[in-house]
Amino acid sequence: MGNVFPAGFEALEPFADWAVQGEKARYAKRVSSTMEELQAFYDVAYPLLQKNTEYMEKLSLEGIGEEDKRLLWAFCALVTVAFPVEAWGQPRVPDSGPSSIDAIIEPAV
Amino acid sequence: MAHFPKPEEGSWTEHFKIDTGPVSYADSISPEFYERERDAVFRRTWLNVGRVEQLPRKGSYFTKELDAARASVVVVRGTDGEVRAFHNVCRHRGNKLVWDDYPSEETKGNCRQFTCKYHAWRYDLDGKLAFVQQESEFFDIDKSKYGLMQVRAEVWEGFIFVNLDPDNTTPLKDYLGKFAQGIEGYPFDKLTQVHKYRAEIGSNWKLFIDAFAEFYHAPILHGGQYEAGEAAKIKKYGYEALSYDIDGPHSMVSSWGGIAPPKEKAMVKPIERVLRSGLFGPWDAPDIGMTTEQLPSAINPTRSDVWGMDTFVFFPNFMLLVWRPNWVLTYHYWPTSYNTHIFEGTCYFVPPENGFQRLQQELAAVTFKEYGLQDGNTLEATQTMLERRTVDEFPLCDQEILLRHLHSSTQNFVREYEQKNSKTPAG
Repeated sequence: MGNVFPAGFEALEPFADWAVQGEKARYAKRVSSTMEELQAFYDVAYPLLQKNTEYMEKLSLEGIGEEDKRLLWAFCALVTVAFPVEAWGQPRVPDSGPSSIDAIIEPAV
Repeated sequence: MAHFPKPEEGSWTEHFKIDTGPVSYADSISPEFYERERDAVFRRTWLNVGRVEQLPRKGSYFTKELDAARASVVVVRGTDGEVRAFHNVCRHRGNKLVWDDYPSEETKGNCRQFTCKYHAWRYDLDGKLAFVQQESEFFDIDKSKYGLMQVRAEVWEGFIFVNLDPDNTTPLKDYLGKFAQGIEGYPFDKLTQVHKYRAEIGSNWKLFIDAFAEFYHAPILHGGQYEAGEAAKIKKYGYEALSYDIDGPHSMVSSWGGIAPPKEKAMVKPIERVLRSGLFGPWDAPDIGMTTEQLPSAINPTRSDVWGMDTFVFFPNFMLLVWRPNWVLTYHYWPTSYNTHIFEGTCYFVPPENGFQRLQQELAAVTFKEYGLQDGNTLEATQTMLERRTVDEFPLCDQEILLRHLHSSTQNFVREYEQKNSKTPAG
């Protein structure tokens, strides 16, 4: 079986399950994860994004390949995970109780 | 303490001759008032139900549930390209005409005609009854009398509005007033990248508008979203708008630019630093064919250098936010009972050109959602405590002027409607 992500992003391979399509699914994964799991993903994904902003800037969305698509989804998951790690200290938004806001229309990629 | 000038009267609230006394919120906790609001407000005013991009082709349609107005409408682009709206009900036995699997859920699609699931009566895209199953069994039925019930529909800058009141002859543009006039020309059609969110909220619809029509709460309720040092500074600074304005039942608040981009990168969270984006959207504004200075006159009305975004409240339930970095957010609040409503938040961006821009937009959309979750849940606490009626008078500050205006506009609509119809005047 080949790599899930493009060359240069091998460090993300153990976190391939974060390459999920859709904010709703990514958020669901976030709130069902522990802070340790979120932190572990963040600690690998954040520096990779930091190092590869130029790669992402050159990444055309038109005809995007499968590996790049999964990379984009993984970094979208990093965006979702950044809130617990950088702000909340917990997977859920503090004081958000039972409330939910669901994505119902999203870009295809 | 004032950071921005106020009108000579000393406050915005007094300038617009709005009462400064405490507010009761009885209009948000009473099942009886909600029933009156349904007739006086939601069945009589122009309601935004979507955008023209949702109807890309002839035959494109979508349905919209307007529970507060006791209606479901189907909005469709006809063979002549015109946008029309109809009550979503078959003229034969009253079945809901357009739905998919779950009758209460909204749907969309493309078709040549609408066929009722019950007995296959068919209507063309103009609403005319085109086919009656076993027509000869009926009693000289005149098909021309049984077309779909049309609902007035008009389009402003690509936003589709309907009005359920057959006697209301006010054109949409007149109803929307001076803010809409002053926004005309903004290139909404370039912002076709859509992230839309939906939530069921356990509060009266007006209480959520209250939460998004003032930013006095932002440094407090959302303080945890900032870097710690920055949160303390912002809390000390508080919040003041650049300006407020009122036009009929509508209102607007013009706001300064906050932290996009920040003066120092240490002010913002690491994810914002690396993606150059956040609550205010991607810091590098995409080309929309006009500079900030060239934006239509109702946007950044004070022409302030530190302007960041404007919030327009189009009565009753449509809010439009125009952000300096060339993107737009809309809010809709659809009442389902006196203490519940469906909230919709939709982000509109210029389509991203690359993966990085896509991530910048994701961060802006997701940040809006994180804020919204804090607001939505807080409102359920507010609703519950208001309903206890332990306290029934609440003071509002000058930065909360739009709230006063919303509640008094709603009460005025109810009062005037009932006076016109010789019912008991609103309290």
